Amino acid sequence: MRFYEYESKALFARHGMPLGQSRVAGSPEEARAAAQAIGGPTVIKSQVLSGGRMKAGAVLFADTPDEAAKHYETVLPIVVNGETARSVLIEEKSPIAQEYFVSVTWDGRRKLPVVLFSDMGGIDIEEVAETHPEHLSRTHFSTILPLSERVAKEAIGAVGVTGSDLNRLVPIVYKLMQLFLDYDLTLAEINPLAKLEDGRFIVLDGHLDMEAEARGDHKAVLDDLGIGDDETRQARPPTEFELAGARVNAVDHRGVAGNVVEFDGNLGLIIGAGGGSLTLFDAVRKQGGKPANYCEIGGNPSMSKVKNLTKLILSKPGVDKIAVMMNVVSNTRVDIVARGVIKGCIEAGKDPAEVIAIFRIPGAWEDEGFKILAKHGVEYCDRSVSMYEAAGRACAKLEAN
Amino acid sequence: MPGMFIDVEVDAGVASNAELVKKLAEVCAVDIFAAKDDGTLQIVEENLDECVLCDLCIQAAPAGTVRVKKLYER
Amino acid sequence: MSILITADTSFIVQGITGREAVNLTRENLDYGAKIIGGVTPGRAGRDIYGVPVYDCVRDIVAKHGQPDGSIVSVPPKFTRDAVFEALENGIKTIVIVTENIPRAQVAQMVELAELRGARIIGPNCLGIISPGEAKMGGVGGPAANTRQAYSKGPIGVMSRSGGMTTEIASTLTGAGLGQSTCVSIGGDAIIGTSYAELMPFFEADPETRAIAIYSEPGGRMEAELAEWVTKNASRLPIVAFMAGRFMDEMKGMRFGHAGTIVEGKEDTTAEKIERMEAAGISVAERIEEIPALIRTKLAEKSVEV
Ligand code: SF4
Repeated sequence: MRFYEYESKALFARHGMPLGQSRVAGSPEEARAAAQAIGGPTVIKSQVLSGGRMKAGAVLFADTPDEAAKHYETVLPIVVNGETARSVLIEEKSPIAQEYFVSVTWDGRRKLPVVLFSDMGGIDIEEVAETHPEHLSRTHFSTILPLSERVAKEAIGAVGVTGSDLNRLVPIVYKLMQLFLDYDLTLAEINPLAKLEDGRFIVLDGHLDMEAEARGDHKAVLDDLGIGDDETRQARPPTEFELAGARVNAVDHRGVAGNVVEFDGNLGLIIGAGGGSLTLFDAVRKQGGKPANYCEIGGNPSMSKVKNLTKLILSKPGVDKIAVMMNVVSNTRVDIVARGVIKGCIEAGKDPAEVIAIFRIPGAWEDEGFKILAKHGVEYCDRSVSMYEAAGRACAKLEAN
Repeated sequence: MPGMFIDVEVDAGVASNAELVKKLAEVCAVDIFAAKDDGTLQIVEENLDECVLCDLCIQAAPAGTVRVKKLYER
Repeated sequence: MSILITADTSFIVQGITGREAVNLTRENLDYGAKIIGGVTPGRAGRDIYGVPVYDCVRDIVAKHGQPDGSIVSVPPKFTRDAVFEALENGIKTIVIVTENIPRAQVAQMVELAELRGARIIGPNCLGIISPGEAKMGGVGGPAANTRQAYSKGPIGVMSRSGGMTTEIASTLTGAGLGQSTCVSIGGDAIIGTSYAELMPFFEADPETRAIAIYSEPGGRMEAELAEWVTKNASRLPIVAFMAGRFMDEMKGMRFGHAGTIVEGKEDTTAEKIERMEAAGISVAERIEEIPALIRTKLAEKSVEV
């Protein structure tokens, strides 16, 4: 879950990291007042989650409060990577001598957190890694030993920084490591970390990302920042249909029938589980099918959860048929899912035999499940028909329509 | 009213026996049995189709007095 | 032979009185597992399908001797402590079933396991099965379902998805190819044991003659496997199935498991497929292609199955 720049900076401030003065503005008047209070030249920055705002022209510089107000109006409506700005940050423009880069992230291979440090900040770090590898250091650190400034010192020293710069940088990098672990972040990045002309260092821009699993453990902080539970902060905000899917899943705690993602096709999908859904979604697309949605069922959901998910998907405009498919199941029950989808179809006023293109869930309680499907005239298959073939049958039926 | 897939029949002697009704309500994981205020049996119709066919209710009462019917088998 | 577990492996279940764990215990016992004890604090003296329950792992060791392994099925908040307890009591193979554990805690468990010379499988996994011998975890479900999908034979299976472990095994079984050991390694971004880290075990197992893996977007595990195979001149042909190809176009969206997200180029299926193929790993587009691909690769090496 990504934080906006202004939220990241609020967290940096809590940890005593050096920042320039800044204020969030929600109107041109507020932008003017902010610039006035800051005094001197300012930077006007659009608050979006995705990168590339500089390129999009959503960062501008102002010499006067009036100019800040004018830039506010220019920057706010700019769409960056399909994203509209949440607000605008007005920040003191500082005289910079040099830019550095530091980030803390997880290395899944070493299974340890790693500090990346470079004295070539401000630009794309992947580029530095390729063209100037000696200017980028990677320093892993332990999660069971007490956190130590030594790691920060080694990370900074490895690119040749020494003297008072080294000693001024160590506490900043150390605090970033602390922040990374304290808030269960998956990424804590400062870029650029600026050395000012007077020798001080400040955080110019930062990017923090919190692990979704850990949100519950940091509720107090999220509340302070005003981030509600419904803010998923995925690459795009959830649609109404997706929110309705989340509500279906939240009704009871038996199993999962959720992670609904909306697409604009005509084939509704009731698929599972995690890996099975990825496999089936590919299989449908490969064979020319147009999915209306992605979803994941698993963990033995209740009949009513499956029923409500079925009704939701059938209610989506443009959905002609649904396909109900999973990998061989051992925990989820074939008969309970069969009951759920059939009941869902009937309550939605549809004939299951007509609207269910294919039912391919082999495994636990399949004999009972297949009896139910046969009674209602639904086409089903067992494990002798592969996931790919089953998806193909569904696609063929829709094409014949 | 039966469910779409499952119906449960309980003999009158069991349905009016508060002791047995309590037991039925306990064993059923999907809350198909409940006790009315007077201790007699209330079948919770909206839960019938959630039945997991575990047979625990059948074992909890005297043989043959509780029957779980699969309506899709006829 | 098999890897990680055999019919003789003794293990315990931590959190044994939980709903999931009770099921697991039943299913594993029915499949022939040697479960010598279970732990739930405050529930000492009870038993679950004849398995005695204790407050601490230490009490099991004192009473029944050293267990080889443990299945950890406790809520996310208590998982790290349970794993530390297992490690500090000499347990060397730990299967973590629990999902939604923050990465920092997984990293701590893995670090301590390394120090203690132990191995963690998972978290967020269904565990290990050596067909016909024993299983440790929810893989395959009830014993009857497990016997239908899994059969003994020469193929090692590794999968980031628990459900797809069974789908692949079932497909192999249907094609007459049994399995030596199947490992559901877990779908999180940081896991105890990756494909590459399991390879030396399969390599050393005379029964295993080929490997099938299930893989998906996110992480560097496939690249690591490709490197391992190239560096070690592995004797084992590998066939991979790659799911989630559609995700290459959907940067930043999370599907499937916690670790399944495309952020950088290396997370994409296209990049992973390229790296694996360069290392001689065949990549199947459909699960049902796996058996024939394995047979072809074995025939090239004149290995019989
Ligand atoms: S069989 Fe089980 S689930 Fe069904 S009514 Fe009886 S106790 Fe409830």
